[in-house]
Amino acid sequence: MGKIQLTQVRKSFGDVDVIPGIDLSIEDGEFVVFVGPSGCGKSTLLRLIAGLEDTTSGTIAIDGKDATNLPPAKRGLAMVFQSYALYPHMSVRKNIAFPLKMAGMPDSEQAARVERAAKVLNLTSYLDRRPGQLSGGQRQRVAIGRAIVREPSAFLFDEPLSNLDAALRVGMRQEITELHQSLKTTMIYVTHDQVEAMTMADKIVVLNAGRVEQVGSPLELYHRPQNLFVAGFIGSPKMNVLDGAEAAKHGAATIGVRPEHLDIGAGGPWQGTVGLTEHLGSDTFLKVTLDSGEVVTVRANGDVALHHGDRVSLAPQAGKIHRFGADGKALA
Amino acid sequence: MARAASPRRRFLTTLAAWGVALVIFFPVLWMILTSFKTEASAVAMPPEFLSADWTTENYAEVWQRSDYPRFFWNSVVISVGSTLLGLAIAIPAAWSMAFVPGKRTKDLLMWMLSTKMMPAVAVLIPLYLVFQRIGLFDTKIGLILALMLMNLPIIIWMLYTYFKEIPGEILEAARMDGASLWNEIVYVLTPMALPGIASTMLLNIILAWNEAFWTITLTTTKAAPLSAFIASFSAPQGLFYAKLSAASAMAILPILILGWFSQKQLVRGLTFGAVK
Amino acid sequence: MSTQSTRLAARLMVAPSVFVLFIWMIVPLAMTLYFSFRFYRLLTPERSGWVGFNHYLWFLNAPEFWLAMFNTLALVGGVLLITVVLGVLIALLIDQPVKGQAMLRILVIAPFFVMPPVAASIWENLFMHPQNGLFSAIARGFGAQPILFLEDYPLMSVIGIVSWEWLPFATLIFLTALQSLSSEQLEAAEMDGASAFNRFKFIILPHLTRAITVVILIQTIFLLGIFGEIFTTTQGGPGSASTTLPYMIFKQAIVAKDIGRAAAGGIIAVILANIVAYFLMRGIGRHLDN
Repeated sequence: MGKIQLTQVRKSFGDVDVIPGIDLSIEDGEFVVFVGPSGCGKSTLLRLIAGLEDTTSGTIAIDGKDATNLPPAKRGLAMVFQSYALYPHMSVRKNIAFPLKMAGMPDSEQAARVERAAKVLNLTSYLDRRPGQLSGGQRQRVAIGRAIVREPSAFLFDEPLSNLDAALRVGMRQEITELHQSLKTTMIYVTHDQVEAMTMADKIVVLNAGRVEQVGSPLELYHRPQNLFVAGFIGSPKMNVLDGAEAAKHGAATIGVRPEHLDIGAGGPWQGTVGLTEHLGSDTFLKVTLDSGEVVTVRANGDVALHHGDRVSLAPQAGKIHRFGADGKALA
Repeated sequence: MARAASPRRRFLTTLAAWGVALVIFFPVLWMILTSFKTEASAVAMPPEFLSADWTTENYAEVWQRSDYPRFFWNSVVISVGSTLLGLAIAIPAAWSMAFVPGKRTKDLLMWMLSTKMMPAVAVLIPLYLVFQRIGLFDTKIGLILALMLMNLPIIIWMLYTYFKEIPGEILEAARMDGASLWNEIVYVLTPMALPGIASTMLLNIILAWNEAFWTITLTTTKAAPLSAFIASFSAPQGLFYAKLSAASAMAILPILILGWFSQKQLVRGLTFGAVK
Repeated sequence: MSTQSTRLAARLMVAPSVFVLFIWMIVPLAMTLYFSFRFYRLLTPERSGWVGFNHYLWFLNAPEFWLAMFNTLALVGGVLLITVVLGVLIALLIDQPVKGQAMLRILVIAPFFVMPPVAASIWENLFMHPQNGLFSAIARGFGAQPILFLEDYPLMSVIGIVSWEWLPFATLIFLTALQSLSSEQLEAAEMDGASAFNRFKFIILPHLTRAITVVILIQTIFLLGIFGEIFTTTQGGPGSASTTLPYMIFKQAIVAKDIGRAAAGGIIAVILANIVAYFLMRGIGRHLDN
């Protein structure tokens, strides 16, 4: 259940090749996150899997069966939309029951499943309200409930948390992760937020302009980015990237060091002047203009008594320098 | 404009606004008042504002002792009929243009609107002759067809704008939930589009009821609706003013009421969305 | 959001309306064009014969025609002027903090829903009538002679009646547009020291430009075809003083029963409508950009 295989899936809109050709394997029970900047094709890919768009070429197999030409209803998948897409004229109960009604399930069974889903999602007291009377977070849960009752092979999430405020987002993120742990169903999750990707995923697929840049576990992507794009995308604040003379010293066209891997102390190879500082109490972020001209971001633990104009010396931690060739790909 | 103005300023503007409004409304008011007068007091000089002997006799006489109910019924049948026929053709068209737009959809819509700009007189001859030849002249069905064709662009346009407001994702969700196209239309689209469809119906009934070209040129006696009736009744030698007023009042009353409810639809429907 | 099956269904669903409108546009227009070149009078038995451009020449040579053209343009222009100017002023007035705004709107908008024959009848009989109308009573009250509106000033009277009917439409559109003007913009202008007049000139009026354009375009479409009011009151007279092009064609078709000539008139009306549309779009179309 829930094993999805994409083979050479291509999608063009007219002359534009939005997705030139992707191969991807998703195992049963995995939490896979498609992540990338706006326009990278992650939502399109999700919609291709869902069946809401036709592929231009290539095959999509779900649990070993070719689903490329199946309509969405017959693929056994459930989708949670960014805007939740709840039916405004139906009560929460009817919203959640709708897929079961479409499947022709008897009323009593429908009611039972709805009650179960409502309990899991804390919606029982809202069952008779209309979506218009619910808060954002509650609507989110109803959308999830509507997906759960179908007991699909896989859940598809299309940027579900983008419309929520920051605090709610953190809470819902954890709820979805817990849901995955209890249901153990495959989940494919699309987001542009790399924090969501890192915290929720078993496997991350980084997309850029319709191409897969790298597939791997969160920590793999963090520790061993295979190219400059992934290196710069994963991790916040962004990895510091230097080219030119400094990179040549390490035998690469470009080198990268994450802000958290720069130590402040006497005798480091890089000297510079502190510019902007951000003191969060738990961390301090410093923007340092090196004598060689580049600007790097440094992340220090706790509160550091450095201010605008101070001279500072930085040392990249051993083994934490990433080297990239002229083509942007990581060097061994 | 929403700031608190001085009480004096408020008083003056309120006075001015009400003054203007009453001047504009006065003809309608005068007609209604006249409809309750006796014929004698209706033509009294100097004119009586509120007559001492006011009566509902005029309404009774117009309604019961003349052909008036038939004309009224004709108006009802023609307005509602042309609207329903228009909706039947327009709803599928608007659905497809709103939810499955192609490259030429926008052009198609513009072309449809442009057909409304063709002067009616340009097609008067053919319609007049053809209707006579195939027996549609002076029939309700003939008028229903003619008015439907006049208003179809507006009906399609209005439905299109209402359908476009339905988020496409909701229909996709229905598809993911296993709904066939039919189920999608019945359980999701129609309930959500119902207010828009009702608004469109409203505006079109109003436009058809008030139409005063085809209803006059394509009818003589049998299918003539109220517009034709009043148009030929007019200038009655000054003897039947009160009755004329009663007949007129009844002719416009349904639309005045409907019109009250349809201001927003009017703006949307007749400005083709250019003003919000 | 489309797949192949939905696209096919969509095309089928647009087909009836496209078909219907296409037929409605092409067939009658083609027939009118055909008749305009033929000798065809309902009252004579002989029907055959091409007359070439004779009908068109008849129109171009008839003084009545040029008067009708003038009347048509005067009617449209006059009503536009009155409704736009008054409409803006009244909309501004009603948009103020006044008591009972809802009721005010109802009163001001009512005339638009009165069907043209009734509107014309009210004005003709209750107001303009030389013996029994209110205007004549007022005149006599002042010891003056009542004005014979429909006899001496037929076109102006019709313009007046039609303006009364369409003023609510313009007012409603302008009111809607005004209410979409953010009060913050006006407040910022006030802080910048702009007087009420300047605020009107530099902020409100530009904001209304689009609405005014729309009103002019829409009203022109409808005003070019005004018929019911003329039929009810003056029947185009006295003589041809208040005959517009549509009414003249109507007379040729239904009264004189000269099909050929009326058809030519219809084609001329189409040409006129296109010319007007062209100039309108050139003049003010740029204010639209949807």
